[in-house]
Amino acid sequence: MTSLLQHGLPICFEKRLAPSRSAVFIVPVLSVILALLTGGVALALSGKDPLAVYYIMFSRAFGSTYGLSETAVRAIPLLLAGLGVALAFRMQLWNIGGEGQLFMGAIAAGWVALSFPQAPAWVLLPAMFAAGGLAGGLWAFLPSIPRAYLGVNEIITTLMLNYVAILTLDYLVYGPWRDPGGYNFPLSAPFGAGAILPAFGDTRIHAGLLFGLIIAVIFYIVIYRSRWGYEIRVIGESPAAARYAGINIPRNIMLVMFVSGAICGLAGMAEVSGVIHRMQPGISAGYGYTAIIIAWLAKLNPFAIILVAFLFGGLQVGGFIAQTSGVPAAMVAMLQGSLLFFVLGGEILLKYRVRWRTRTVGGG
Amino acid sequence: MTTDILIAILATAVTAGTPILFAALGEILAERSGVLNLGVEGMMLVGAISGFVIGVKTANPWLGLIMAMVAGGSMAMIHAFLCVSLKANQVVSGLALTLFGIGLSGYLGKAMIGVPLPQPFQTVNLPVLSDLPFIGPVFFQHDPLVYLSFLLVPALWALIFKTRAGLNMRAVGENPATADSMGINVFLTRYIYVIAGGMLAGIGGAYLSLAYVPSWMENMTAGRGWIAVALVIFATWNPLSALWGAYIFGGIDALGFRLQALDVMISPYFLKMLPYLFTIAVLILVTRKNLVNRIGSPKSLGVPYDREER
Repeated sequence: MTSLLQHGLPICFEKRLAPSRSAVFIVPVLSVILALLTGGVALALSGKDPLAVYYIMFSRAFGSTYGLSETAVRAIPLLLAGLGVALAFRMQLWNIGGEGQLFMGAIAAGWVALSFPQAPAWVLLPAMFAAGGLAGGLWAFLPSIPRAYLGVNEIITTLMLNYVAILTLDYLVYGPWRDPGGYNFPLSAPFGAGAILPAFGDTRIHAGLLFGLIIAVIFYIVIYRSRWGYEIRVIGESPAAARYAGINIPRNIMLVMFVSGAICGLAGMAEVSGVIHRMQPGISAGYGYTAIIIAWLAKLNPFAIILVAFLFGGLQVGGFIAQTSGVPAAMVAMLQGSLLFFVLGGEILLKYRVRWRTRTVGGG
Repeated sequence: MTTDILIAILATAVTAGTPILFAALGEILAERSGVLNLGVEGMMLVGAISGFVIGVKTANPWLGLIMAMVAGGSMAMIHAFLCVSLKANQVVSGLALTLFGIGLSGYLGKAMIGVPLPQPFQTVNLPVLSDLPFIGPVFFQHDPLVYLSFLLVPALWALIFKTRAGLNMRAVGENPATADSMGINVFLTRYIYVIAGGMLAGIGGAYLSLAYVPSWMENMTAGRGWIAVALVIFATWNPLSALWGAYIFGGIDALGFRLQALDVMISPYFLKMLPYLFTIAVLILVTRKNLVNRIGSPKSLGVPYDREER
């Protein structure tokens, strides 16, 4: 029996033979409640009424057709980036560079759109899709080479490249891409009509949603039904076993990172082509980072990622609304971070049974 | 004239390297005890803002510094609780700490943007030493926190390699089961060094907001916490190597800054990329060198200790 702090608390953990069925559902729900409580305390401490703030956030994000459609718009980049990083996480590859890959995807797609402003949509959109995926993929592939052959820590290299990608976009929109007719704002010229992803009805929900849903299905089939997915899972769970089974680990590292980055790149392509319609700094509200939380919360399951991305999209919309009543935008980031803490802490309930410590048997 | 510029660049390298140095020293402690903490960036940010708030309210940077240590240590305690007690995934917990820290510091700092700091840390010329030619202006005409880091480096080196406590720390990081059977409290040891590491990261953040800049900006660490994590690998978990490693990173920072001021033909956006690209290049070279020399991380780094599985 292992006590919490050896002798600290009067409880101990017993290892479960199989993960608890009920905990799989209870832990995320409980985590959300605890995270909201934490955020509520922070709100109350800064003199806001937590219930009022939460009410506004949730009613605006989920309480009307318009709110739901805006929530879906915000969910699209989160869904794509979440799927992207989850693929790498499946193999215990910590691709923290989703944000940079999203930026590079947006930059490449934007370059295509700005270079051929008159081209028709049936040429331009597939070209932007390909450019966005390729650029995001390459941005993840680069750090995967030293990772595959030398074991260079991919967490640090992918993260450093985020800053490089963001600065690259800054350079472009403050320099060569700046619209001469844009009153000196760091904005590119608006995209031509052919570079804009079609939207559904009157909403701003664009075809990027379909990319996300289709990729989620492909993700599921590849991971659970294909030989390659089996290899990815084996490498993720036991690299030694994978090596023994003759799986080419370096090749898989580079391939998985490329695909992971490509999906994140599509998030950037979809965002500029579907929502922003031009290039500008701050095309992402930290979607690449939020994606990490989403992927982990969804236990790397593609269908769960759809659901969690939608909820987080609502959180983004709600956070934006809350800003108008003086709540800092960072509140959402804080809520998301604390949510991840609670989920992580709660995972112990899946693996262990909590018992009050008894004095009789053996001692801790 | 050219020596003046060189001295100015090197002196800036020291101050620019100091926040990274504090954070890296903290991370060395945590990793030596076997706990990977990727929350350095978040702990630095929370340290920077809490130190700044207290610095503004009390007009005393030292009180701000103490607050930053408390804040960084508290953040680290969350990580220690999750990773040591609840055996959570250290990579994800560290990332959570960073993301939470970015959010929390942004939330706390909203009202502090543009607020001036009444009393930042002042330059104190050390008697005799600061008059030395070349060495003096580079190393001994700085604020007290730089001197604190000068003292901390040999002190932590001695702690890790020359004391009983350091031996225990390394034993826990290399082989916790053996350490446990020798009567060392693995859990307590890890808690202590993770929290101490967080306090040092807090100082690193406060150095930015109370001395280097000195003011509060959202995300003002700009990746320095991550560079500190890379620096730990570069320094092969040794405080002495971390010292000059931090100054090299600081030098790259200072060089970019200097080139910008000299109005060279390179875009400032590319100059700002230098520290990040340099970190990647160094990490690749160092990993390769460590591979050849068979220098590795502490053996149990990132692995939660479970008494039932020893």
